[in-house]
Amino acid sequence: MNKQILGILAFLLGVFVLVPVLIAASGRWDLYYTLTSVALLAIGSAGVWLTFYIGRINIGQGAYALMGGYVSAVLMTQAGVSFWATIPLAGLFCAATSVAIGLPILRLRGVYFAMITLVLTEVTRLTALALPFTNGAKGITSIPLPGALEVFGITVIPSFATMANPKLGFYLLAATLMVLTYAALWRIVNSRLGHLCRSLQQNEELAASIGVNTAYLRVLAYAISSFFGGLAGAVFVAISQSIYPSSFAVADSVNFMLYCFVGGLGFVGGPMLGTFLLYFGWDLLSFAKQYQLLVYSSAMIALMLVLPNGVLSLFDRKGDGK
Amino acid sequence: MEQILANGLYLGAQYALIALGLTLIFSLMNVLNFAHGQMYVFGGFVTYTVVAQWGLPFVVGLVASALILAVMGALIEVFLFRPVIRKSKRDESTMLLAAGIAFFLDAAILLLFGEKQRGVPKIVNGVFNWDFRLIMPYDRILIFVLAIALIVGFIALMQYSKTGRAMRALAQDRMAAQLMGVDVDRYSMIGFALGAMLAGLVGGLLVTITGINLGMGGPTSIKAFLMIMIGGAGVISGAIAGGFILGMMESVGLTVLAVYGDITYLVIFASLMVFLAFRPQGLMGKPWG
Repeated sequence: MNKQILGILAFLLGVFVLVPVLIAASGRWDLYYTLTSVALLAIGSAGVWLTFYIGRINIGQGAYALMGGYVSAVLMTQAGVSFWATIPLAGLFCAATSVAIGLPILRLRGVYFAMITLVLTEVTRLTALALPFTNGAKGITSIPLPGALEVFGITVIPSFATMANPKLGFYLLAATLMVLTYAALWRIVNSRLGHLCRSLQQNEELAASIGVNTAYLRVLAYAISSFFGGLAGAVFVAISQSIYPSSFAVADSVNFMLYCFVGGLGFVGGPMLGTFLLYFGWDLLSFAKQYQLLVYSSAMIALMLVLPNGVLSLFDRKGDGK
Repeated sequence: MEQILANGLYLGAQYALIALGLTLIFSLMNVLNFAHGQMYVFGGFVTYTVVAQWGLPFVVGLVASALILAVMGALIEVFLFRPVIRKSKRDESTMLLAAGIAFFLDAAILLLFGEKQRGVPKIVNGVFNWDFRLIMPYDRILIFVLAIALIVGFIALMQYSKTGRAMRALAQDRMAAQLMGVDVDRYSMIGFALGAMLAGLVGGLLVTITGINLGMGGPTSIKAFLMIMIGGAGVISGAIAGGFILGMMESVGLTVLAVYGDITYLVIFASLMVFLAFRPQGLMGKPWG
């Protein structure tokens, strides 16, 4: 147990102290953007992972990231809501939508569910193009940087516009959200809810027959998952200061799923590691120029042939990845 | 009205062909082939290369697309899907593999054929015109007829040949088929090759009309998924029904809903959700459990 706590402390130290120090020392400020993206995508993958945990393959996270992004962007530019308020609002909006969408589609299983969530991504993109207040293909641009966050008159977070280094600010924001997300995920998995979810993953009929409310659990897990997707989308919008219908497309939805696979579906940290490996790997491969995608996809296929159960299954000595 | 129906039928025939390949692969191996759209694009580019660049007849291009895609499908099954299915703990691992292959094919198409929109010259000139109520270029009619012929041929193959019987047995129950002496590995390979070949054929057919470009792969896969959701996965008749229904809905939707802007697919998706709430396995799919 002590080892675990030490590991978590080391991780937190690495994320919040070591990374900024190292970047300051090496002068590679561009890495902040990469790492911030990794942190945000990891939040989205955490949601996908949770739907995997109830035995559903979710390839629709891009839809909720896009939705969250638009909610945040529209609220900020058209209703003048503070960025900090839009984060939870975007999450809640996505969660509410996912309940409405999830009620019918969560009855589907396996590949059927995977297909419909993928279709959902595409439909969300088309909706964003068609709705009157999303500004079509031109998207919403020049979204203001996050202002100051004040609680009872005390400034907790200074305004990003006045910050000497907004990149660092965004990195810390994304990393904090990521840590909170994974803490929540870990708590969910190791609670009664998590045990019930595992029973769904193994055998839904059996779970239902011993009195587990499967319909309720499915929707709940899906809503939490979409909440994470919305969070990631909202913060993404603040960083890029713009959003377009193509900001999150089918490829992103597939990527969210891949991050989970690569990291390993049996481990809470899996999606985080997977996101880091794939996103960083993609960045590192940029020297390959036009062969980047070729090398990347070949590596992915090779990885699948060697470690079909995810990277973290290397450390799984007991041999059961579930 | 006649025009809308004709357009719907024409679209539906193409869609049904795409969905057939996807549903065949799915029913045999329980693999959702993400790379199906990319295979379709690849087939289109092969026909383009043979017809437009080498100046050979269209039929040669079509045959080349079919052969190359069939070989590609067989190789993918033998060297990629088979080992992964054997080793992985969860069925879903094949999805990562399929997505990887989709990316790989995208990259390969970009390197081999470039990113430009490509098309081949019309194979037949002239337009069929019935009193301005129904206007249809002859090449579209030809493609429609070819597509229908291919669908009929495919059904005949599945229904009456030994290979088809073996594949249907495999789709029904892999274990039982194996116990009855069906060479499961061999027919999985043939099935995958056949599915990929169908994708390539549609690509070859459509390159004459709509042309082909790199970005068409993903959206095509998505449309194929939609059709399979409508018709029911893994069922031949379902794929055909799904293809024609989607083609018809698209054709009608584009005309009727045009005044409200580009919301056809939104409406199709919303109606699909309602439909699935009542019938999760699609029109003809088998209920699970």
